[in-house]
Amino acid sequence: MISLNNVSKWYGQFQVLKDCSLQVNKGEVVVVCGPSGSGKSTLIKTVNGLEAIQQGAIFIGDREVSSAQTNLPALRSRVGMVFQHFELFPHLSIIENLALAQMRVLGRSKEEAYQKGYKLLERVGLRAHSDKFPGQLSGGQQQRVAIARALCMDPIAMLFDEPTSALDPEMINEVLDVMVELAQEGMTMMCVTHEMGFARKVAHRVVFMDHGAIVEDQRKEDFFSRPTSARARDFLSRILH
Amino acid sequence: MERLDWSGLPHALPTLWSGMLITLQITVLAIVFGVVFGTLLAALRLSAVKPLVYFARMFVTIFRSFPLVLVLLWFFLLIPQLLQAVLRIPPTTDIRLVSAMVAFALFEAAYYAEIIRAGIQAVPRTQSGAALALGMTYLQAMRLVILPQAFRAMLPLLLTQAIVLFQDTSLVYVIGLADFFRSSTNIGDRDGTAVEMVLFSGLVYFVICGATSGMVKLLQKKGAR
Repeated sequence: MISLNNVSKWYGQFQVLKDCSLQVNKGEVVVVCGPSGSGKSTLIKTVNGLEAIQQGAIFIGDREVSSAQTNLPALRSRVGMVFQHFELFPHLSIIENLALAQMRVLGRSKEEAYQKGYKLLERVGLRAHSDKFPGQLSGGQQQRVAIARALCMDPIAMLFDEPTSALDPEMINEVLDVMVELAQEGMTMMCVTHEMGFARKVAHRVVFMDHGAIVEDQRKEDFFSRPTSARARDFLSRILH
Repeated sequence: MERLDWSGLPHALPTLWSGMLITLQITVLAIVFGVVFGTLLAALRLSAVKPLVYFARMFVTIFRSFPLVLVLLWFFLLIPQLLQAVLRIPPTTDIRLVSAMVAFALFEAAYYAEIIRAGIQAVPRTQSGAALALGMTYLQAMRLVILPQAFRAMLPLLLTQAIVLFQDTSLVYVIGLADFFRSSTNIGDRDGTAVEMVLFSGLVYFVICGATSGMVKLLQKKGAR
């Protein structure tokens, strides 16, 4: 479904991504972790072309993201993305946030878009908040809205870029619960996160990055029980106490 | 000091009103065109296409480097023929009004462009990332997500600039155009009531600008909430 082949990226002289290769198959949940500055956020943003790459190739299905012939907006509309800081549109109400791209990008009618929006708000438990504005919701609620907004587009895969790192501890679980449910329904997911509990519960594979390179790419069981690299072992011992 | 004589004022009102109409025409046109063209300039300036960036930067720098009076005179003295040809204006139209409108519109666009550029830059870049990730094109992201937020934040500044513009229209006296201020001084000269007329027109400017900036303050309070 998603495949990164030997992807490299530089900021000027500094190489942020070093020859990264990674596959996410249909229905698979892949968790990407690693110390901050390891390039994991940059990596996930290359998947839908928010960050350009200088070498390698990225495919979603059979479409190449980095190819000039690809209709990037059309491709992006089919891949949901959830950001660290939610990125709801503050000038629009919650339901308008959910309907905007459905109407302007997918060409759905207002009625259809709102129906779909209400349905997904119901699903993340926020139907009652549909007429509020993003600023009136808590961080956890905003992130659930952001997930619902991405799901409104009927995505074939979801990308999560540290979805819980900006949240207060007591709000992390409400967001993870939504993500676990999604994973259990068979959604194809690539998640940059430090939530190892989430990884243990639903991930199929765990990818560990350090200094812009993919150091380890293992089945979840193997990653937690016998990580091969010293850096991953060190990282796990720090993060799991 | 002799006593002020207000007796001529009622008769002067129709002339003053037609002067005010000219002032308002120039102001409104310059605001509308200035905001539209200014937005375009700001977008060009922030684009990745170098020639467009240079064009926008040059335009803004040129217009901001000359006094408004000078720009007004230029457009009146040097370019009326050009304007007449380009805009296909019938020779019966008052070319002074047209040249004043064009001069103000372009001049204001340069100032609005800078305000709007700052407003766009104040919206976090991640917002356009979110819009693009939903499948919007760059133009859609700009129009539906970035600009609405930018304009909301800029509204007080845009209105303040409009107040300055409204006052600056009085400079059209250099090309002999009878706006509100020029009309009142004309009447003052004719009737020998120059002091009264200048006082009166000052009062009118004060009331209009005061009311508008009151509105700006109200908006700012609302926006801060």
